[in-house]
Formats: sequence, C-alpha cells, structure tokens
Amino acid sequence: MKITQISVFLENRKGRLYEICSMLGQAKINIRALTIAETETFGVLRMVVDKPAEAIELFRKNHVTANQADVVAVEVPDRPGGLANVLKMLSDRQVNVEYMYGFVEKFSENALLVFRFDNPEKGGQVLRDAGINVLAGKEIQGL
Amino acid sequence: MEVNFWNPEVETMERSQLEALQLKRLQAVIGYALKTPFYQKRLSRAGISRPEDVRSLQELQKIPFTVKDDLRQNFPAGLLAVDMEEVVRIHSSSGTTGVPTVIYLTAEDLNSWTDLLARSIITTGCCRKDIFQNMMSYGLFTGGLGLHYGAERVGMTVIPVGGGNTQRQVQLMRDFKTTVVHVTPSYLLHIHTRLAEFGVKASDLHLRRAFLGAEPYSENTRLKLQELYGIDAYNSYGLSEMNGPSVAFECVYKKDMHLWEDAYIVEIIDPATGQILPDGQKGEVVLTNLVRHAMPLMRYRTRDLAFLHTEPCPCGRTHRRLSRIQGRTDDMLIINGVNVFPSQIEEVIMAIPEVGTNYMIHLTSAGALDKLIVKVEIYSKMFTGDLNSLDALKGKIRDRLRASITINPHIELHEPGSLPVFEGKAKHVVDNREKL
Repeated sequence: MKITQISVFLENRKGRLYEICSMLGQAKINIRALTIAETETFGVLRMVVDKPAEAIELFRKNHVTANQADVVAVEVPDRPGGLANVLKMLSDRQVNVEYMYGFVEKFSENALLVFRFDNPEKGGQVLRDAGINVLAGKEIQGL
Repeated sequence: MEVNFWNPEVETMERSQLEALQLKRLQAVIGYALKTPFYQKRLSRAGISRPEDVRSLQELQKIPFTVKDDLRQNFPAGLLAVDMEEVVRIHSSSGTTGVPTVIYLTAEDLNSWTDLLARSIITTGCCRKDIFQNMMSYGLFTGGLGLHYGAERVGMTVIPVGGGNTQRQVQLMRDFKTTVVHVTPSYLLHIHTRLAEFGVKASDLHLRRAFLGAEPYSENTRLKLQELYGIDAYNSYGLSEMNGPSVAFECVYKKDMHLWEDAYIVEIIDPATGQILPDGQKGEVVLTNLVRHAMPLMRYRTRDLAFLHTEPCPCGRTHRRLSRIQGRTDDMLIINGVNVFPSQIEEVIMAIPEVGTNYMIHLTSAGALDKLIVKVEIYSKMFTGDLNSLDALKGKIRDRLRASITINPHIELHEPGSLPVFEGKAKHVVDNREKL
C-alpha cells in the first residue's frame, strides 16, 4: 500500500536539478511524480520513480544526498470537490497530511496524487476502507 | 588651529623626562608582575627578581614577549597581581578557540584609563559643552564603557545609547543636538544612507566630530564621512588587552595618532625575528602597559602592523604618532567592528553533528555594513528529506555562531563535496568586502 518516495537535497546552484534528472535518465529510471520544496538557499526535490531501489543506489554512488520515505499514491476523483472529500475522510480519522503533490500523468479517469501522512499506514487504510484506490508499488512501476 | 591639553605637563614632556617617567612606572609594574605566577617564572628566568633589576628602558628587552596564547593558557587568574577584592572591573573578549581572555582593573587602574580617555577627547578639540553620543557597544567590550567614562570625566553630556537601532540613533541626535559621536566608520556611513528614510538631512544635525575606531578604514573613508556630515573625524587605536581605546588618539591636526607614551611603552618589531625596528619602519606593534597594576602586561605582541612617525607634530605634543593599522600578522577578521577569528567559526560549526566536513566563510558588503555568510556542507547521513529539519539546522548554526562571535551570520547549506577543497593550506575565508 505504501510506496517509496526519494528526497534529494539540492543546493541552490544553476544546473543542479538538471544533473540529478540526467543521472536518472541515463540509468533509465523514470520519474513518475515530483515536487520541489525550496527555501532561499536550498531545496528538497521529492519524487516517486519507477525503480526506487536502483535510484537510491545510483544516488549513493554519485554522492548525492538523498533519503527515502513512505508515501501513499491515491486516486482522487477528478471532479469539483473530489479532493475535498478525500481530505475530509482523513481529517475525520485524525490523519494529518504533511504534504502532497500530483503525478505526471493519470492512471485512469481519476487524478493520481502522492500523499505524505504523519501515519502512512493508517492514512492508506482509511482511504482503502472508504473505497478509494490506493496504488501499490508494483502498479507505479507499471505506469 | 586651537590646541587644547588635558594634562599639558605630561603631553608636552621632553623626551628625557618622559623616558624617566616610563622607567619609574615600568619598575612599579614589574613589582606587581612579580606577584603573578606567570611573570614570576618568566622574569626570574630573565634574571629579574626585583624591580630594580631593570635599570634602564633598554633593559626592558631582557623581558620576553607576551602573546595572546599566554593569556589564554593563564586564564582566568594567572596574570592577576592583586587580591580580587581590589578589582573593580573585569572586561573580557571571546577567545579564538573558545577560551576567553580577561583583563582586571583596580580603582586606580580604572582612574588612569579614564584619565587617558579624557586626554584623548580633549586632544581632538572637544570640551565639556559637547553632547556625546556613544554608539559603541557597552558591556564586556571595552570600547563603549571606556569612552563613556572618559567623556564624563571631561564633563560632556553623555548619551549612552550603545550600538545599533539606527532610527533611535538619529532621533537622539536630533532631540539632544548631539555634537560628538563614537562609532565605527562603517556604521556612520550606514546611518547616512538611512537619513532620508527618517526625513532627516545631515545638515539638520548638530554633529561636529566623530571618534572612529574598532575597525580599519582608509583616509578616503574619513574624508567621505567628513564631507557627508560636515564634521571632523578622528582615528583612534586600542585593544582590549591594553584596556581598550586610549592607547593612541589623533589630535586636531589628524596626522595619525599620538601614542600616550607616559602610559604605554611602544616597540615596533620585525614579526619574524622579534628584532626592534627603527621609527618609520613598519612592523608589529608591541606594547607594555605602564598604568595597570591589577594585571600587568609587558611587551605584549598585538599582531597589528603599523609604524611610528619620526617628525614632530605641530600640536606640540612630544608623544610619538602611530600610523593607521596596516594589517595583521594573523588571520583575524574585523566584521562590523567585532574581532572574529575564522577558528572560532570553525569550532562552532564543526561541533554540530548535522554539519559535514567542509565550510567556507564569505564576507561581502551590504551597503556600508559587512555581511558574514557561512556556507556549510551538510552531513549526508543526517539528511531526513524534511525541509523543516533543514531550516531548524540553519537556525541552530546561526544561533550558536551568534552566541560565540556576537555577529548574526547568514547561513547557507550545501551538498557534501560541493564546496572547494584545498590541497595544502585551506583557504576557508573569501573576503569580497569593498575596502573602507
């Protein structure tokens, strides 16, 4: 139910994001979703890739500062109020969303979002119980 | 030009008399020094066990140099020559490696220091009618309290505002018609850039003089400040080990600083060999304090480079003049008037586990003020992927540095391996400041 997100520390320097992406491209690792959180002097690139274990190894070899975390990929109905409904379910069950971002493309008619919950296990279960599709790692690889 | 004296007899004393006074005071200081564990050992090795063992000023050279590291190794009381109950004041500065240095003053020492500052103030042409706004920091730093006491002794009206808070500084200058300020040159320049913001013109102020100190600056900066404010600006020299300001001050002719030779013996040495250089040649300034008994300090190597003028000054004072400080023999940085050693910064950041192995110190000019940027590489294993923890790390580095060096640095986090690596001696400091 949980999938792996990779976070990369990015210093604020021209071309650094390019270097990271090109490293992944050369290793034939595909980015499925990404977001950048930034401050004045540095950023954190967060992404979901098709081959997370290989990406981690690649970064380790190339001395890129990276870490992994558990996130949940959720299909959210692509209509007005779709996201609001999902958030209400989580809020009612006291699951906190730390941050979220969208996938590059759709998996079905629904929008596909990455959620980072304070408790990923519980968050995934709450949504699944409500009949919301929570994707597994395998499905992400097949995207 | 009108020349005023605080103590005309001493200030214009003939050389031979001045030297006789120096010897008498030196012998008294040796008497006190022999009461300290540090100097007792040192002097006895040099064959000095009584004050009379030094019979002439030339024999001062029998006494070995004292260096900053001696002060640290003998912290806190290894150079204290009197009972603690005789001490009325302590000043301290943060050390280069975390061990601070300290000076002690008896009531008489404080009186002598204050008198030198009163003399310095009068030397610049000020008088008791002046309104004196002291923009130097108070507290353990010697610059603020030193001039404060001196100005009160002269009888000036003293505004003890301390450093910072530009709006209030300008307001006070207007409300009380301040005529004299004591300030770092960079801060006085900075104030000028902000006058318009407060709806004030320099000509609205009543300023006539400024005492500049605590950081090096050029003659051009003095001229610029004089023109911007329509004032006379005077250079001064001092260091906390010698009590702070009071070592040397400019007179109304502003042709470098009279070093008060009744209170300090000055030698200029070749920093490499320790040989004494003739007047006019640039070298390291070595000072012996003749008017402090609580904590004697003899032949102290200041690490400041300067020279002594050979020709007499038109003001009539016989005390020789010291040039501007031309540089340092060590890597000390002066940032907005505060002395900082790169090793202090290194010590703080390397004690933080989230920091990796490399760092850089950048200095730039932000307007007239200095900006300190500390770039650190983060330690990969400490990276959690969380932005908040990185922000918290920045805050932690900033707070700890501020606690150590009293300056608020700008922190940049960098990837491991991204900062320059040096073969041989690392150059961790890049100083891109415009020279004042």
